[in-house]
Parts: sequence; structure tokens; C-alpha cells
Amino acid sequence: MIEPIVAIDALRHVFSGARGASSHVALDGLSATIRPGMITGLVGPDGAGKTTLLRLIAGLLRPTVGRITVLGHDMASDAASTHAAIGYMPQRFGLYEELSVVENLDLFADLHAMTSALRTERVLRLLRFTGLGPFKERLAGQLSGGMKQKLGLACALLSRPRLLLLDEPSVGVDPSSRRELWAIVSAMLEEGGADGMAVVWATAYLDEAARCGEVLLLHEGRLLAQGPPSAFVASLAGRVFRLSVPTGERRAVARRAAANPAVLDVVVTGDALRVVLREGRAIPTAQELGGETLDPVPPRFEDGFIARLAPPPRLSSPSPRGRGAGGGGAASQQNAITVSDLVRRFGTFTAVDHVSFTVRRGEIFGLLGPNGAGKSTIFRMLCGLLRPSSGEAHVAGADLLRAPAEARARIGYMAQRFSLYAELSVLENLRFFARVYGLGRAAQASAIDAALSSFDLRGTAASVAGELPLGMKQRLALAAALLHAPGILFLDEPTSGVDPLTRREFWARIGRLADAGVTILVTSHFMDEAEYCDRLGIVSQGRLAAVGTPADLRARVRTDALPDPTLEDAFIALVQAP
Amino acid sequence: MTASLLRLRGLARKEIKQILRDPSAILIAFLMPIVLLVVNGFGISLDASEMKLAVVIEAPEENARGMLQAIDASPYLSVQRALSTHDGEAAMIDGRVRGMLVLRDDFAQRAGRPASWPAQAQLVMNATDPNTARILEGYVAGALQVWLAGQARERRLAPIGGIDLEYRDWFNPELRSADFIVPGIIAMVMTMTGTLLTALIVSREWERGTMESMLASPARMVELIAAKLGCYFALGMGSMGGAVTLAIALFGLPYRGSIGPLAAAASLFLIFALGLGLFISTLARNQFVASQLAFLTTMMPAMMLSGMLFDIAAMPRWLQFVTYAVPARYLVSTLQTLFLAGDVWAVVLPNLAGLGVAAVLAVSATLVVTRRRLD
Repeated sequence: MIEPIVAIDALRHVFSGARGASSHVALDGLSATIRPGMITGLVGPDGAGKTTLLRLIAGLLRPTVGRITVLGHDMASDAASTHAAIGYMPQRFGLYEELSVVENLDLFADLHAMTSALRTERVLRLLRFTGLGPFKERLAGQLSGGMKQKLGLACALLSRPRLLLLDEPSVGVDPSSRRELWAIVSAMLEEGGADGMAVVWATAYLDEAARCGEVLLLHEGRLLAQGPPSAFVASLAGRVFRLSVPTGERRAVARRAAANPAVLDVVVTGDALRVVLREGRAIPTAQELGGETLDPVPPRFEDGFIARLAPPPRLSSPSPRGRGAGGGGAASQQNAITVSDLVRRFGTFTAVDHVSFTVRRGEIFGLLGPNGAGKSTIFRMLCGLLRPSSGEAHVAGADLLRAPAEARARIGYMAQRFSLYAELSVLENLRFFARVYGLGRAAQASAIDAALSSFDLRGTAASVAGELPLGMKQRLALAAALLHAPGILFLDEPTSGVDPLTRREFWARIGRLADAGVTILVTSHFMDEAEYCDRLGIVSQGRLAAVGTPADLRARVRTDALPDPTLEDAFIALVQAP
Repeated sequence: MTASLLRLRGLARKEIKQILRDPSAILIAFLMPIVLLVVNGFGISLDASEMKLAVVIEAPEENARGMLQAIDASPYLSVQRALSTHDGEAAMIDGRVRGMLVLRDDFAQRAGRPASWPAQAQLVMNATDPNTARILEGYVAGALQVWLAGQARERRLAPIGGIDLEYRDWFNPELRSADFIVPGIIAMVMTMTGTLLTALIVSREWERGTMESMLASPARMVELIAAKLGCYFALGMGSMGGAVTLAIALFGLPYRGSIGPLAAAASLFLIFALGLGLFISTLARNQFVASQLAFLTTMMPAMMLSGMLFDIAAMPRWLQFVTYAVPARYLVSTLQTLFLAGDVWAVVLPNLAGLGVAAVLAVSATLVVTRRRLD
């Protein structure tokens, strides 16, 4: 039995509320151990308590109740003597942007009082490992997101820590950098052997959890489970299936399948559905579920999370309002968004470089790409917030260059962090947005009434928006964006970091809106979100690298070596292609 | 080299590179003092010179004209003849003149025989700014006094008043307000550079997450603070030296004290200002809030309550007590003394003691707050 590096015992952490606000329990009743020689995934949606737990382990916070020992030292009283053995990478890199790559590394070497021989050897080794060697004189502030992340990791690894704490290292980084980060950590882990380093890798990406040696699954401040990823899906063997469906009907079929009492979870993946059955239920036929064929597939980590959250059977809620409601087949031939040769330059930098695409009415179109690829710039131009340098864009029949205000009136927009007024109640937020969109008094009342019922907000109408749970905030933001019944809805990374249940619920709503004829444009760097789109445009360095359905994009990169590529594989291959 | 020294060296190197590569630090430390000194040094002027005065003489004759010349000869007054009180009033309302002197038609007659009837004149002043009105009053009375004395000598009469007052303006014989204000501005500049600079730099470290990685590293809090204070202390002293040089070269201020007490006062005050900046940024952890707080807690009291602009002795008693809590007060008083009077130890030493207390308080408050880390 290998001694654990970290032991957490009956931990509870409460943030006392500032300015008379209610105090907030960030972590409760948490006991766990972290062992060396493997990557321990600290997995959970935003707000689950991952960062708080990492800071507690690093001795940056003192637990309200309970005890954390790292290498035998109590972190509440004896943190200083343990810091030499800890490598910690905070969420925002923790790099000095005015210092060059080498200078950042030197600073950390000085802080760890490393001898010059050891320092030279380690710095060279890490520069080689991270591929930062050619950029070592560059200022950290001028590195790309992925490179900053690698430098942050190198700084944390420099002193060969016994415990490496990484706070969401892969957030906002393109998929290929994400894989490189993982490879660097794995290699460093092997260097030390089984009794070497313990790594805690916090992440909201559930697909990363599957690659960890062990997983701590956090949800709303509680530890749902601890164990190897295989243990999370063991009970799901034989309960997960791929349901093929006729083209163009996947969302309708998904709704039908979800209503089946034997079904625990349905997700759209590419041109098929992924169906998870409830425990102990007989397997329904493909026809009963509304599809064509039903094939067993291996369970994923996310299925395990869903099963642990054990959602109650879902009730079908009424369709939200949309201007396009009742639109027939002819309507879907119309283009709601037409973009041709769109260019936007900032000085000498071309952020958007001759981008062209069209989105049909009632379609969900995704712009997929890492941070800094130009998604947001395209998005802002389509919302009429930024003037294109050249090119044309028509949104809902209005020319963006000539009548941006008119185009804006037909658009609903939901920002990444839900632009809500945290101090106003749910009802006050809705009233405010209704007035901003210029609805008449009668129209306001009916739109707000409809929003309260179709978004299940009636019970919380009087609650202050800032204190709602994340999922509810998201519903409110969506309701506010739809008050003026826009024909087009823009969503900016709507479900990054939310738990899988909330994400499913959100996308089910979006699917119903699309079926009612509302055109949806989504930006994301999140592969799971991309799966829900009818068509995708992959954005890389200001250009549109590829456009197609998720299934198309996957088919394009299928090779003998990679018979069943994921969307992430497709993304990496298509971006790298010249 | 011990581990602690190695860490300190690394941290100090980092600070120096950051200062050299970040133009905003250099701007705050060297450009802002120049701008503040020039703008305030030339802009704030409490001197009254060439004040325009309308004079109405109801019965023009030789004697009155002589008096008019005497008043006009004063460097502080510039006389404009007005034909009637009506004209004079109009000029005052338009703001063309600051005051109006009215001499009755029997003024000369009476002035000639002061023993029988005192001569009467009326001085009307624009008192929107009471200070300036007071100064004008003094100058007019002074000019009249001079003229009367001249008249008396001419007629070989004894002066009317028994006492002949002679004025001597010590320490600032030319009564230049720049000599009085510029040392105050240097204090204000030190407050701003010291506190604002550290508050901004450190809150940026919190914003970018670098503070978090420093706290999780083996570096101890004392080392982090020492490296920061040390580097910004050097920068602040450079800024102070620049400001003093500028005061002497540009505004022609005398410097009558010695360098020692100046260096001591500047060092103690800088330690206080830097400590306060660290304290603020540790509490605020956000550049915007930190800069607001730095402004409110240092710049405002330094301007209002340090004696730089407003005489502390003229404040209400309770407010005078409040000024003891404003460390800028001790620096302003020290600087004014050193510049204009010299090494007056009875003034300088108590001020240095006040600055010392402020420095100790600010640094220990910072240590207390930051020791608690992220909670």
C-alpha cells in the first residue's frame, strides 16, 4: 500500500458572506486521499468547489472544519514548510507577462532556491518537453493561450514537486494543446515512477476524467464519488446504445426516446443518438424509441455522472415561443444568415479573414474554435456590434452594414456569462429586458407570463437573480433573450462548465426552438456543445477551415488508423490540414 | 547563498524587470511628478499682484490726483479711473475690476485738515473670494498710509498715527506663494507615486493570479513584501530627487536645510506610502478599486489636511486634531521648513517621529493582512 500524498478528512469550507450577504458553503463533508504515481482528476461543473479544494490543499485557504494533510503536514498550521514540495498552477496561469519565458522559469527556480547546475538541467529539459525552446526569449504576455498554459505548467513542474496541483489547465485551450498538456504531465509522472509525484488535475471536461488514474467527482460542494474512471461506468455496462435515426429527424426522435420510461438519458451525437437506459429495465426495440437500429456501445464517463445524479423521469414542457413557429418545409430553404467574404482587421492583424457561410432558417449552426481564433469577432459583427472591414452580412433579411439597428431588433443574444442584473429579481430582470426590447405594455405582460411558465420560472419569480443556481440563471438568460420573439438566437458558449444534466435540459429547449423555426447560431470551444449543432464551421486563425455536419466532418478524417474519429480528432486534423 | 537570499534576489530581479518593461510604472514615477509640479506650481497662485481697482473722484483736483498716483505706484494695484460710482459699479459687476475706491468731493479739503474733520473714502470690494478681498483691503490701506505719510512730511506735520509700523516678511520675503506651495506639492507627488504605484502593481498581481502562485511557492510573505518595498522604494526616492531638483531649478526655490533630514523624511514617508499601497491592494485585489482607494485615502487628505494649501492653524479645533492622522502633514511641514527656513530641529524632529510612527503602522498592517493569505 502506497502512502497517500494528500489526506482530506471531513472537510467543510464556508465563505462568510461579505456585506451582510448569506454565507456560502463551498465544500461539505469531504473526505478523500490523493495517491502518487497517477493523475487524480478533480472533476465537476463550474461552482462545484474545485478551485476552493485546490486552494485548501495548497494551504492558501484554511478549512472551516476538518483537516488536510500534505506529506504529513497539516496545511492549516504548517503550510509554509510544505510549499517547497508543491507545484501549483492557478487558473490564470500565474505568469509574469512582462518577463520572458526563461525569466519566468528563472524566477521559479530562485523561489525554490535551486542550485545552478540543477536549474540549467531542469529548464532545458522542460523547454524541450513543452516545445517552448524556440520561444524562450519571448515575453510571456505575447504567447498564445496554449503556450502560456504550457509555460505555467513548466513553472509548476520546475522544482520536481511531490504534489502538482493544476486548476483547469485545459480551459479555453485548443484541443491539440490540450493533448500536449496531458502528454507533458504523463511523461513527468513516468519520470518519477510509482512512488513519485501526485497530480491533481481539476477539470470541467468530463472526457478528460476518463483518462485519469483516479477521479474525485464533485457536485455542488459534495464528493459524489471517488474511484478509478472504470468504476464510474461499471454499472452501466450493457445499458448504453447507439440509436441510428433517419436524417433530419434526430431531435424529434430524441424527444420521443426521452419520454420512454426505460430511458435515463438521450444525447444527440452527430447523426445518431446515444441512449442510456435506467437500471434493471428491459431493452426497448429501436422502433419503440423511434429510431432505425439500436447497437450497444461502451459507456462513457459522462454516463456515469448522469447515472449518479439520477435525474427523475423528464416531463415534457410546452414549446417556447418563436417567431418561426409553424414554419413549413419551404421555410427551411430560406437563409436566415448569409455571410460573404467577411473581413475584419485590427490594425495590421486580420482577426477575420474572408469568412463565408450561410445558415438556413430553423438550423442550429455552430462556430467551433479555440479562444482567439476569431469566433467572437465574427459573432460581434453579426450582432451589429462591430463594423466589418469588408464583405457582406445579411441577418434576418437586414443588411448589417446599412441597417445594423434593424438587424439587431430581430436577434436574441445570450452572452457567455448571462448578462443578467444580479441584484434584480427574476421578474424584474424579465421586465427590464422586455422594456429594453421596446415591447408595449400588453405585449410585455403576455411575453413575461409566457416566459415564466415555459421556462419553469414562476416559482422563483421573486428570487434575486444573483443567488440562483447556475442552471436556473441560464434559463432566465435564455428567457430574457427570447422575450421579443426573435427569429434568430445567438448563443455564446452557452453551456461551457455547466453540469451535464443542465446542459441536456438547455439543449432540449434549443432543439425545440429550432424545430419551431428559430435560427440558432452558437460559438463554442467545447466539443460536447458542437455535437448538438446541425452544421458546424471550424474556425482557426481567422479562417473557416471546414464547414459541414458533425457526421460529415468526422467522415472527412476517417482513416484505417482511426476508424471512429471523435469530433475532437476531426477538429485537430482539419485545423492542421493546409 | 542561503535559500532566503536566493529567493529575495529572484523576486527583486523580477520587480526591476517589471518596472523597466512596464511604461506605466516609469510614467507614474517620473512623468506624473513633473506634470503635477508644473500644473500646480504655476496654476495654484495665492499671490495678488496688479489687482485692478476703479477709483471714482467726485471733485477732481490736485490733491486727489496725487493720491491716485500713489496708489497706482503700488506693484499690487492697478488704478482705472471711473467717471461716476455708476460706472464703477458696472465695472465691478462685469468683473473688470476687483474693487472700487470712492473719494467724496470734499475729500481733499478734509484730508488737508485732518485735525478738524477726518477725511472719508469708501472702498467697495468684490468679496466672492474673501481672501483676495482681504488682501486688496490691506494693499489699499497700505497705499493710503504711504501717501498720507508723504503728505505729512511735505507739510512738516507730525504723522497722525503715533506708531510707525515697519513690516518684515521672514522666510519668504518676496511673499511668493510658489515657495510655500511647491514643497506641499512634492509631498502630494510622493503620496501618489508611493501609494498609487504599489496599489496598482500589486492588485494587478492579484488580478492575473501571479500573487496566488507566489503564495503557493516557498517564498515567505516577508520576502515578497521586502522585495516589493525595496524596489519601489528606490523608484520612489528617484522620483523624490527629481521633484526636489525640479522645484529648485524650475521654480527657483531656495533650499536652506541640509540633505540628511530631507532624506530621512522622504524615506519614512515613502515606507508609509508604499506600505499603505500594499495594504490597499491586498484588500481590494482589483486595479480599479485599488486606484480609487489610493486616491481617496492619500491624495485627498494630502491636499486638504496636510497644510499644503490650507493653514492648519486656521482650521476648527477638531479638524486640527484630525490632521495629526494625516502623515502628509508631517512631510509638508518638514519640507516647508527645510526649503524655506533651514534645519529647525524643533520642527523637524517631531515631524520625523510622526512619519516614523506612520511607517511602522502601515507596514505592520500590511503584514497582518497578508499573513492571512487568501481567506
